[in-house]
Amino acid sequence: MELFKEMVSYPFIIRAFIVGILISLCAALLGVSLVLKKFSMIGDGLSHVSFGALSIAIAFGIAPLKLSIPVVVIAAFFLLKLTESSRISSDAAIAVMSASALAAGVLVTSFTTGMNMDVYSYMFGSILAMSREDVRLSVLLSAAVLILFLFCYHKIFAVTFDESFARASGVDVSFYNSLLAILTAVTIVIGMRMMGAMLISSLVIFPALTAMQMFKSFRGVVICSGFLSVICFCIGLSGSYLFSAPAGASIVIANLIGFLVFRLLRMVVRQNV
Amino acid sequence: MTSIISCSHVDLGYDGHVIVKDLNMEIEQGAYISVIGQNGSGKSTFIKTMLGLVRPVSGKIRRSLSGKGIGYLPQQTEMQKNFPATALEVVLSGFLSRKQRRPFYMRKEKFTAMEQLKKLGIPELSKTCYRELSGGQQQRVLLARALCATDQLLVLDEPVTGLDPGAAKELYVLLKELNKNEGIAILMVSHDLSNALKDADEILHIRHEDYFFGSVSDYRSSEHFHEMNGGAVHGTI
Repeated sequence: MELFKEMVSYPFIIRAFIVGILISLCAALLGVSLVLKKFSMIGDGLSHVSFGALSIAIAFGIAPLKLSIPVVVIAAFFLLKLTESSRISSDAAIAVMSASALAAGVLVTSFTTGMNMDVYSYMFGSILAMSREDVRLSVLLSAAVLILFLFCYHKIFAVTFDESFARASGVDVSFYNSLLAILTAVTIVIGMRMMGAMLISSLVIFPALTAMQMFKSFRGVVICSGFLSVICFCIGLSGSYLFSAPAGASIVIANLIGFLVFRLLRMVVRQNV
Repeated sequence: MTSIISCSHVDLGYDGHVIVKDLNMEIEQGAYISVIGQNGSGKSTFIKTMLGLVRPVSGKIRRSLSGKGIGYLPQQTEMQKNFPATALEVVLSGFLSRKQRRPFYMRKEKFTAMEQLKKLGIPELSKTCYRELSGGQQQRVLLARALCATDQLLVLDEPVTGLDPGAAKELYVLLKELNKNEGIAILMVSHDLSNALKDADEILHIRHEDYFFGSVSDYRSSEHFHEMNGGAVHGTI
């Protein structure tokens, strides 16, 4: 309790909590669909693209979010179209794209500002990075994701489970795929400043994967994944404050522990049945 | 008999590239049509055109479906086999259509979904996770979903792929019953020629740029049948 009081006395910690809770909720909800559609690596690819865009923005003195959000949204569309056309296998496409973006970011940085603290914090995240603008953006984003999930829940299920059937029923599959791509892109751009480009994809993948260990219905997986993600984030961030550990890494470890606990629970449940 | 879908002088294909020329056929109420042909002959293009997902290159397709749409049973993907969803959730997704704007399902729809599962003999599996079902049970769930989407026409794309012979046979029996008792027309792409000849009333054989459409007995004496049968002697199947 003492610790909690101490924590909330810092405005930057409160900002980090608000943004983090909202972002982990969004990432978890979007993640269920992405993981099931075998798009897990899209999160990873987009975070690298986002890193590239951010380093270029810093080098040329442009506001980071103004450049990186459009760039990452375009990258998300591009990856989605690439996977749909199925000429190149999507994992190879994502790998090529993320490595290129990372390389561009590193090159531009080393020629201009050098590997300074800003770039380091984009790589591995920092809870100090959350500005008021980030708070506003993440509130807007999470509202969009929650509305999408509430009103289009069944369409998202249909598009995730069976695109051919959904298309034959008259559901606009490409529209929902594009929507998922845009929201994922924005989630990643905002989230990576706290989590770091290297670690943000775990926020998308872990909660969905963990929830799938225990839950048998899609609704159960979605709800559990949202809760888990928020809980793991809070534990991770508190832990990082307590032990002065990097925030992104602590949150990933909290998610990993969650996953292992669920995995263990599943084994116990299976043995008792 | 009134026709559900009628094609007159339809050229099937993609992006102006014609695969099947001048197709004339009627899918009548209560018909049972098997679609056969070599891989790449245009079977899936034909199915997609019937579903309205691909526009014909030329010609006219008239659909006169009353109320509901077409019940489609696509080929299963690897991903689906491990999907965390209950059978009932999958069946309910059959009610989605262009018209549906409500963000939730009605009580009546849930009731109908359960009725379909009962009809297919698996009501006890409604809460079971899709990934824990056997191949045959999964196909029944997808069939129940298709039945939620239609009461007139089922379109099936190689539904017995990956099923063991017993489960395949059971599925054929179910389809025949639905066709006979409920009067639901069936349009099925199949690799299984012997079943196609046994259960179907009509055959559509698609070959490069031409086709055969007619009754099973006419088909047996056609040149298309002989090609499919590898030039074997009459009546081996």
